[in-house]
Amino acid sequence: MAADFNWAVGGEAGDGIDSTGKIFAQALSRSGRHVFTSKDFASRIRGGYTAYKVRTSVDKVQSVVDRLDVLIALTPRTIEENLEELHEGSVIIYDGERTTMQNVEIPEGMIGIDVPLKRLAEEAGGAIMRNVVALGAACEVAEFPIENLDSALEKRFGDKGQKLVDNNKEAARAGRSYVAEEYDAEFEYDLETTDEDYVLLNGDEAIGMGAIAAGCRFYSGYPITPATDVMTYLTGRLERYGGHVVQAEDELSAINMALGAARGGARAMTATSGPGIDLMTETFGLVATSETPLVICNVMRSGPSTGMPTKQEQGDLNHMLYGGHGEVPRFVLAPTTVDECFWKTVEAFNLAEKYQLPVYLTADLSMAVTEQTFSPDTFDMDAVEVDRGFVVDDASVDEHLSESGGFKPHELTEDGISPRAFPGTVDGAHMSTGLEHDEQGRRTEDTEMRVEQVDKRNRKVETATDREEWSPREFGDEDAENLVITWGSNEGALAEALDLLEEDGIGIRVLSVPYVFPRPDLSDAIEAAEETIVVECNETGQFANLIERDALVRVDRINKYDGVRFKADELAREIKATLETGTEATQ
Amino acid sequence: MSSDVRFTDFKSDKQPTWCPGCGDFGTMNGMMKALAETGNDPDNTFVVAGIGCSGKIGTYMHSYALHGVHGRALPVGTGVKMARPDIEVMVAGGDGDGYSIGAGHFVHAVRRNVDMTYVVMDNRIYGLTKGQASPTSREDFETATTPEGPKQPPVNPHALALASGATFIAQSFSSDALRHQEIIQEAVEHDGFGFVNVYSPCVTFNDVDTYDYFRDSLVDLAEEDHDPSDYDAAKDVILDSDKEYQGVIYRDEESVPYHEQHGVDEDMSDIPDGAPENATDLVREFY
Ligand SMILES: Cc1ncc(C[n+]2csc(CCOP(=O)(O)OP(=O)(O)O)c2C)c(N)n1
Ligand code: SF4
Repeated sequence: MAADFNWAVGGEAGDGIDSTGKIFAQALSRSGRHVFTSKDFASRIRGGYTAYKVRTSVDKVQSVVDRLDVLIALTPRTIEENLEELHEGSVIIYDGERTTMQNVEIPEGMIGIDVPLKRLAEEAGGAIMRNVVALGAACEVAEFPIENLDSALEKRFGDKGQKLVDNNKEAARAGRSYVAEEYDAEFEYDLETTDEDYVLLNGDEAIGMGAIAAGCRFYSGYPITPATDVMTYLTGRLERYGGHVVQAEDELSAINMALGAARGGARAMTATSGPGIDLMTETFGLVATSETPLVICNVMRSGPSTGMPTKQEQGDLNHMLYGGHGEVPRFVLAPTTVDECFWKTVEAFNLAEKYQLPVYLTADLSMAVTEQTFSPDTFDMDAVEVDRGFVVDDASVDEHLSESGGFKPHELTEDGISPRAFPGTVDGAHMSTGLEHDEQGRRTEDTEMRVEQVDKRNRKVETATDREEWSPREFGDEDAENLVITWGSNEGALAEALDLLEEDGIGIRVLSVPYVFPRPDLSDAIEAAEETIVVECNETGQFANLIERDALVRVDRINKYDGVRFKADELAREIKATLETGTEATQ
Repeated sequence: MSSDVRFTDFKSDKQPTWCPGCGDFGTMNGMMKALAETGNDPDNTFVVAGIGCSGKIGTYMHSYALHGVHGRALPVGTGVKMARPDIEVMVAGGDGDGYSIGAGHFVHAVRRNVDMTYVVMDNRIYGLTKGQASPTSREDFETATTPEGPKQPPVNPHALALASGATFIAQSFSSDALRHQEIIQEAVEHDGFGFVNVYSPCVTFNDVDTYDYFRDSLVDLAEEDHDPSDYDAAKDVILDSDKEYQGVIYRDEESVPYHEQHGVDEDMSDIPDGAPENATDLVREFY
């Protein structure tokens, strides 16, 4: 395994942290290196501290680690915030001429590189480019060819004219030369490049791309962290494919618009996070009883209430499974990796239309904002299939009319799936309602029909459960006696933790579960294991509780709910400790 | 669209359970006639209904329809129209549904100017929940939940609409069948959000805002030399709280509906199998 390199840029919100980080991440991915990014929004101290972290290697990287090799510190707080991850030999690039950085002390054992970022940027054409000067300096430290930064700069500034691109290239070179001339120390890093060809994207973007690939035509949403990126991505792009994005006045409106579009026959989606899911829950029941296909994406953040909006958590599982009054079937898909966000989105649309029900598609904050590199064929558009389910047209509608001639959108069928007629279909006119209804969608309180309709809706779940596809992803040592089960974005950290545990002679079998409902039966795997641990980012162990109920056994749990995602090395330690001592929640 | 569509084609086989004499009968008849008269048929019409006695209208009409949750009918109508610009969309509900729980959506639907017709059956009371004050109830209107009256001024829906940038504002009275139908027809024909507040008396719970009251007090704008394209004249009518009006109060002749402004003209229900042809471009953007 090639050594990986961990890099970060940090400063105040408004310092251009995001774009600086993104340029570097893109330069790396375009150089055939794997990249895994993470973002720190406001943390320990209140205020505008923000950081963009990049972990890179020629091997696949799937998580964050407790290590920082090079840090561009635009404020003293950046150093303070990252002290624990900095180590002997870490390089800190800073601008000693900046008033706030003049008295900054470089912790012992670390290498401070004082570069007059602002001055060099001004010489290259404008102070605003000081972050790019810093990037140039970082390239020198990491022995990363500065030419490889050029195409990322072109991508970033190309729209604004060649002059700006050239100035930025010059700024980067000024940073590099300054370090080369003033510091003749040998740094221990050497970022090799490869011929591999990667794309770099985050979970929200993968969801948006999956939606377009799947033929989504209508999206309505209301901005909320960390789901907004889905809407930002779709805005303008969906229109290129004959669709439309509406920023609604609130989440109640967003889900109702999407419902309307779906009844019109479009593939429709909305995305939100915790508080928005609460608001959508009223209409969720209507979507389900009216048997309208709808994809509702919940990008989870830390709750309850407004909680910690920029922090990680997987706390909404119970809500998605049980939320709403009364009882209605719904599916819950939870992709476990960024690339799976794409494929599960495609699948969510197919499942929604095939089974005519709402599908929750859930990602968590860590996955939503994390960018990762993938080979472009991971998103093979030729493999995308669109299954619109049971739709009648002018010719076939006749087979589903009642004796009096009315269309039967809730026809009682063996598999629970009824015909759909889009508006415009001749003789297909019908009403849908949140009230209990008969086969034609007309209100009823008839006891028999009530039972028949409830059973019909639930039969769809039974029909769906027969699908083989509801299986978990398995990795690690399949014969190991220790079993770890997880869901959501923990998979990457877990995969890397396994390697670390292996070094200690601990073998683990892992099941990562992207289908929460319907879900695979894990009883056999749990029974075969000596010890089972469920890893998740919440306090009460919502997924562990499900597993226990399914298998009628007790499992161990590792729960993290401090707002920070699992790190590979941390998780390895936790698993080891749990295997030694049994359950212990971390916080 | 067939020219031989009759308004009875829009009738469902369910008999209305409205109280005998309820204003909603007349409101509904006018809507069905207006739809037929403007060349629509049940297969190309979508009716979205709110919750309340008024919201039951979706059950009694025959067309593609959705009877939704309380107050959210307008967003549903918006979604239908955006997905299907080829479909005629009509949204109906009560004054509670539209101006109380759904007030936020009302303002935004108005300012979006989605091409649909919004009919509010205003009986100045909550009918279905058996007689509580509604947002349009008079300040001194006594009910079980407001024994001394709401002690708040009623909402002026037309003022709300005008302030929100409405392009079509009208009022009708369900028992003046011909005028009611004409006004709804004009709203249907309007390119944009056609808003009609309909006085639709509740004979069971409201003994103040009765047929007699409206019949005696209504002033028909058509007989008043009112020019609906005159914004200031419309404003004067709307802010005159001493009179009850019927007719088209305001019409913006330049109105461009939301979907046209946003270049949406395709039927979005037509989705081919597989990813769109140029979808690989989407991946390349992340390069
Ligand atoms: C969320 C929610 N809250 C409350 C109700 C109960 N509810 C049903 S109809 C109604 C008021 C209806 O009044 P209005 O819109 O004026 O219609 P009307 O019955 O007078 O025609 C209420 C409060 C409900 N169905 N849903
Ligand atoms: S209660 Fe009033 S509004 Fe409801 S049906 Fe009876 S008369 Fe009509």
